[in-house]
Amino acid sequence: MNSEDTGAEQRLVVPGDQIDAPPGSQPGSGVLLRGESLVATKLGRVQVNGDTIHVVPTNTTYIPRSGDLVIGYVEAVMNNLWFLDVNGPFNALLPMSLAPWKVEFGAARQYMDFGDAVMARVMEVDETHSVVTTMKGVGLRKIKEGFIEEIPPHLLSLVIGSNGRTLQRIKEASDCRIVVAQNGRILIDGDAEGMATARSAIDIIVKTGHAPGLHDRLSSVIGGDE
Amino acid sequence: MGGYGDVQLMREDGKRLDGRAVDEMREVEIKAGILPAAEGSAWVKHGLNIAVVAVYGPMEAHPRRIQRQDRAVLDVRYNMAPFSTSDRIRPGFNRRSREISKVTAEALESVVLVERFPRSKIRVEIEILAAEAGTRCVGITAASVALADAGIPMKDLLVGVASGKIDDIVVLDLDKAEDNYGQADLPMGIMPNTGEIAFLQMDGDLSPEEYELATEYNFKAAHEIHGLMKQALLDSASGGEV
Repeated sequence: MNSEDTGAEQRLVVPGDQIDAPPGSQPGSGVLLRGESLVATKLGRVQVNGDTIHVVPTNTTYIPRSGDLVIGYVEAVMNNLWFLDVNGPFNALLPMSLAPWKVEFGAARQYMDFGDAVMARVMEVDETHSVVTTMKGVGLRKIKEGFIEEIPPHLLSLVIGSNGRTLQRIKEASDCRIVVAQNGRILIDGDAEGMATARSAIDIIVKTGHAPGLHDRLSSVIGGDE
Repeated sequence: MGGYGDVQLMREDGKRLDGRAVDEMREVEIKAGILPAAEGSAWVKHGLNIAVVAVYGPMEAHPRRIQRQDRAVLDVRYNMAPFSTSDRIRPGFNRRSREISKVTAEALESVVLVERFPRSKIRVEIEILAAEAGTRCVGITAASVALADAGIPMKDLLVGVASGKIDDIVVLDLDKAEDNYGQADLPMGIMPNTGEIAFLQMDGDLSPEEYELATEYNFKAAHEIHGLMKQALLDSASGGEV
């Protein structure tokens, strides 16, 4: 079980802070090497992963990476492609050739229109952050039912838990299908009561996930696991 | 510098009109994460100055001509509220606010790791709610806290501080009377951890020795303010916990 999952206190740092680390440590995400010392570039908690030091930010925006599963909303429709809002700095492209339907030129709007939600996968991100997504793949589809909860992307690991245990607990207690997309959006699909249970569990994780005792607080909503 | 009148700004006991010593700063209070709609925000009270800053982004840069293929651009908007001074300020951009927005953006670009977000824009809105000399420095300090609160990667925090000269004496952190009737003003943007200066302006005349002393005062104040900035960020980061 990693330290994030147990909610153990980790040292908070602000940008510019020097991080005390054993000699030979490598800078990970949110850390920069200045001369011999490691310096934090983000407000967050120090996390040691082997000999790599990371700063897990307390607040961040989603930056797409290829292979990410994302839930996007259609922002604009052209003749042969859709623009998706994937919660990142830029809209992502979904060309009609990568949609699961055989779409004729000019008929894109008949399949998906402005405001529709889709489950897609990031296929390509170039160095200028242009993002191309695809809907060809298992489970990638237009979302027609369920609720989409949006949380800060850096808290996803807390929702999933080590080996997916926390997510499994929520699924079992709420009897809902839950899909966690890497852009901080979570699809919850089930009956109304179950969806409410799952949403309150996620809310607890978002608000108090980093403090010790998360397991017990979750138990008050979704019951204890064996 | 409003003028070199015969206004006496130092008291006979060696203190300034408001009772501060020459190297004493006005009181500073900082809060981070105060605006729920913004990705990052800060509130700074420095003497009678009050600034609120909101940070949005990174987002797609519009209009497209401002995009840079290799880095993000900082879209800084400094604005004084119409009620921030005793004379009503006409709302909207003016020559002064354009200049301050530009220098603030350039100062912040040297601490923000802009190369991490090519083609995008980070919007920084600085709103001065109350003004009493030194608002550009307060704006820089608040913007830097708000950027850190938004999770934007930065190599250091940036602190805005100013020193100046009144009655031929170098003093730290000018108030309104000292700013209007003093002889010089030296605002700086300082990175406290690296000791680099990201922003420097000078109004009035200082001898090399006076400049050295003013810089020394600025660095001393920057370290004090940096401590408060850090505390505000740490409080905000741990605020949501049980």
